[in-house]
Amino acid sequence: MIGFLTAIGAWTREAIGNIGFATRVLFEMVRASGGLLRRFRLVTTQIHFIGNYSLLLIAVSGLFVGFVLGLQGYYTLNKYGSEQALGLLVALSLTRELGPVVTALLFAGRAGTSLTAEIGLMKAGEQLSAMEMMAVNPLQRVLAPRFWAGVIAMPVLAAIFSAVGVFGGYVVGVLMIGVDEGAFWSQMQGGVDVWNDVLNGVIKSIVFGFAVTFIAVYQGYQSQPTPEGVARATTRTVVIASLSVLWLDFMLTALMFS
Amino acid sequence: MSNLVEIRNLHFSYGDRPILSALDMAFPRGKVVAVMGGSGSGKTTVLRLIGGQLTPQSGSVSVSGQPVDASNTKELYALRRKMGMLFQHGALFTDMSVFDNVAFPLREHTDLPEEMIRDLVLMKLHTVGLRNAAQLKPSEISGGMARRVALARAIALDPELIMYDEPFAGLDPISMGMTANLIRKLNDALGSTSILVSHDVHESFSIADYVYFLSKGAIVAQGTPAEMMASSDPYVKQFVNAEPDGPVPFHYPGKSLADDLGLRARG
Repeated sequence: MIGFLTAIGAWTREAIGNIGFATRVLFEMVRASGGLLRRFRLVTTQIHFIGNYSLLLIAVSGLFVGFVLGLQGYYTLNKYGSEQALGLLVALSLTRELGPVVTALLFAGRAGTSLTAEIGLMKAGEQLSAMEMMAVNPLQRVLAPRFWAGVIAMPVLAAIFSAVGVFGGYVVGVLMIGVDEGAFWSQMQGGVDVWNDVLNGVIKSIVFGFAVTFIAVYQGYQSQPTPEGVARATTRTVVIASLSVLWLDFMLTALMFS
Repeated sequence: MSNLVEIRNLHFSYGDRPILSALDMAFPRGKVVAVMGGSGSGKTTVLRLIGGQLTPQSGSVSVSGQPVDASNTKELYALRRKMGMLFQHGALFTDMSVFDNVAFPLREHTDLPEEMIRDLVLMKLHTVGLRNAAQLKPSEISGGMARRVALARAIALDPELIMYDEPFAGLDPISMGMTANLIRKLNDALGSTSILVSHDVHESFSIADYVYFLSKGAIVAQGTPAEMMASSDPYVKQFVNAEPDGPVPFHYPGKSLADDLGLRARG
């Protein structure tokens, strides 16, 4: 019994220590980000790397999610004779929920793992130590540009996901099933509110971008500098980031739409 | 002659595991000083303490009269601008070309125009014989070449202190001789001070002015290479002559073979 309590105590202490350290890294990274305004090229390079390379995955996934929403939405709405509202259903589902959430989950798997592995391997290859010895802060030079690139790229990717998803819903609903095109677009135009729906979706994706990218860069920074350590850190990125996105989504939805 | 780096009564441990104890070392300006010892003797830790990447539990480290262990981050970074460090495997930035690796400290710490940076980088690369490899990626060059590129990067800002962590490890004899020669020549040409952490006796003795021998985190011998060659100290003799057994045992300490095989119990 005492051993069990000791283990819980040790685990709690370690967890609190880790959260404290992560918070410190976050604050130091944000504080060190001031210089990036003068060298914004570092951020744009990373936006290209993590944003552009995720684009195809996001667009294709958005298209298929849109297809499925079109089909599922039509079958459900058809029961109540409301298939004209298909455009509204697809658009609201994507802008409020699926766009930000699925994009964040895909982003964690595609760009998040890549960021963790890259930073972890830089650490294993003593590149971060070399940078420190050259009086260059790795938090400022390596972590911060990647972090801000993720925060910027995520809402853009989520918007692309939602736009392609709406197109997918249109292809299935209007072109394949034969829902009235005018009703599809007019219901969407009339029912989707820019502030309540679109903006809240954008806020969600910014929060997810913040969380997922920080988790990814932090796990890389904190990884054990061995092949096994980097592999573990990469796995942790996907698990922690995915759970964080789902938890944050619940919290934000409760706050925004309750 | 004044010392650029001084270590006084330094103790360092990782948790409960002591790494260095009661260490006193001095590194005079303009000299090449070798810190030698077997694996795990604490050599690299000495470099990390001088660079401020580790903090001692007690004692002091000073560079150019400034206490490293008592410096805040800003002071430490200012101090590191006077240092260059060559890591064991080069630690080149793999996403950058050879040119960009050498240009990195210049771009980070100076406002020099790109044309001037180009000239400086090519001059540094010329010094290490790799001017024509400027556009190659680290993955396209050999280990010895990577070490030389890292050396060019370490001297990019003409540092007062250059630290070398196992610069000869894994190099073929030609690259080894070339690297040793470069270390000595660069030290003399730049008027800097070099600390060379190595376990390669021949190359280190050929270029060092003074040698410290470390074992289990303490200095066991020190002197000029000639004095070390003539030393009767059992550890130095074992190390210099590459004897398989001696003060550093061949077998990892623990139970005897007889105990492990249960021979004593049977007897």
